[in-house]
Amino acid sequence: MANLGKQYKDGEIIVHQGEMGDCMYVIQQGEVEVLAVTNGRELHLRTLGPNDFFGEMALFEEETRTATIRSKGPSRILTIDKKSFLGGIHEDPSLAFRVVKTMSHRIRDLTDRLAGYEDNN
Amino acid sequence: MIAAEGLGTLSSLATETRPGSDKTLTDGSRVAVVGAGPAGSMFSYFLLNMADTIALDLQVDLYEPRSFCYRGPAGCNHCGGVVSESLVQRLATEGIALPDGVVQRGLESYTLHMDVGDVEIATPLQEQRIAAIYRGNGPRNSEPLDTQSFDGYLQHLASERGANLVRRLVTDVSNEGDHMRVDCADGFSDEYDLVALASGINSRLEGDIEEHGSQFIKPDRTKAFICEFKLGRKVIRETLGPSMHVFLLDIPRLEFAALIPKGDYATLALLGDNIDENLMDQFFSSPEVRKCFPGGEIPVHVCHCYPRMNIRGAKPPYADRMVMIGDCGTTRLFKDGIGAAYRASKAAARTAVFHGISAEDFEAHYWPMCQKLEADNRYGKLLFGVASLVQRARFARRGILRMTLKEQLQSGKARRMSGVFWDLFSGSAPYRDVFLRTLHPGHIMNLVWNLIAGNVGRDAKSKDEVVPAGEKRHDIH
Repeated sequence: MANLGKQYKDGEIIVHQGEMGDCMYVIQQGEVEVLAVTNGRELHLRTLGPNDFFGEMALFEEETRTATIRSKGPSRILTIDKKSFLGGIHEDPSLAFRVVKTMSHRIRDLTDRLAGYEDNN
Repeated sequence: MIAAEGLGTLSSLATETRPGSDKTLTDGSRVAVVGAGPAGSMFSYFLLNMADTIALDLQVDLYEPRSFCYRGPAGCNHCGGVVSESLVQRLATEGIALPDGVVQRGLESYTLHMDVGDVEIATPLQEQRIAAIYRGNGPRNSEPLDTQSFDGYLQHLASERGANLVRRLVTDVSNEGDHMRVDCADGFSDEYDLVALASGINSRLEGDIEEHGSQFIKPDRTKAFICEFKLGRKVIRETLGPSMHVFLLDIPRLEFAALIPKGDYATLALLGDNIDENLMDQFFSSPEVRKCFPGGEIPVHVCHCYPRMNIRGAKPPYADRMVMIGDCGTTRLFKDGIGAAYRASKAAARTAVFHGISAEDFEAHYWPMCQKLEADNRYGKLLFGVASLVQRARFARRGILRMTLKEQLQSGKARRMSGVFWDLFSGSAPYRDVFLRTLHPGHIMNLVWNLIAGNVGRDAKSKDEVVPAGEKRHDIH
């Protein structure tokens, strides 16, 4: 059956932590792992599935990627161009609702995890 | 209902933040959407979504007599069936991922066919971001396939969001002062606070509204031709591949012709000034078209139609308590009609939820989007006019082919001509952007050089060779 996006194999790196980025990604099929590498240690942050997006921070700031994204099993990923996304928001600000909402959820999740970490120490 | 101390309810807050309008949607307001094509379904979906964000409780009835699960004309909305790169990205950002059953084929390139040669223009990211879809559930008499109608999928999204699907044919819409009346062919009649007309360009409803003596002028139309060829997956893979085939031929009145691979079938769309039998005969007898089919023979098509196309928008596409969206309002010239329906449906929904439903509200918040589309269409007319000139000038076709071909072979360099063609064929960028890019000094200098290099020392009247079907030709002759 036909499909959209680009195919990735199990274990294939989609985004490298530390590289510059100018697009975000939406998962069409499959799952990806979000990993942070610190002091040579791989820290699993979360797993994302169909319709989830990642790499959105690169659209708003000129910084390097904060995490590595690795395909967990075969996956299919659609790229969203920075120009297309920001142009769309300029015309229709409601296009950013879902991204802002998801970023808000992720900040809440990280805050909870940080609080739990502080408690345990 | 969510109550916030000292502020009242969120829905009352929403009403309070819409000063200036004497007509607004409030809790319990009833909205009729006439037509469940992309514009109608997306309007219903976004209206309910936006209303939900401010806790506004609306009742939306989506009128559509047809079922998109039927094959052939009964379930079809008569369209070439391509979802542009920019719309695929926008829908994905909205959280609407087109399912595999809806996407008949992901396209990753365009192949431009001219009498002087062919060139394949690949997507810069080597990624399939253009979707070939069926508006209905496949061609007439096609075997049961694991396909899903694009319009049916959007209708399902609207229903899932809370729109009530009404299987009735609307025959009249009238304003009765403090409400709208919707009359149906079976004698059913109902009252609404707002009517969104999304009945397309082929419906009689707009003609009736125009005859009622209002100030409304329905859109200008022209006739297109669309047909389906059954070729089989193997043949399509070997001959057409994941590429949309576009023809730039010296045939009067033909503005655009494309062959779009979809599963076992290929859809042919001819757009121009009143497509007729004479034009089609010229098109099908041209070697550039014939070589796209096995053995150079054009097979009998299994399904065809002459749909009308909107070439100039309705004026004004709104009234008190009524808004026209999609093809019956304003759309893009020749390309990306579904993308225009998406933009119009969101702008209309945003106006109705956040501003009001009077003619003044739509004029202030919906009409500017329509005007922007109309202004962009003027650039589109200019671009298609230039394309018509190129169709008539062989030396120009040679230069353009040479330039595009060189760009495709050289990675890392600016692909100006390829980008112009990509956005013109895919409808992914506004026509104005495409036009301005053609004026770039680098583009002009490169084109002039290729016009010279592509023509000097050549016999302009040299006989073209016909390349067998399936054999890709990336040369200039």
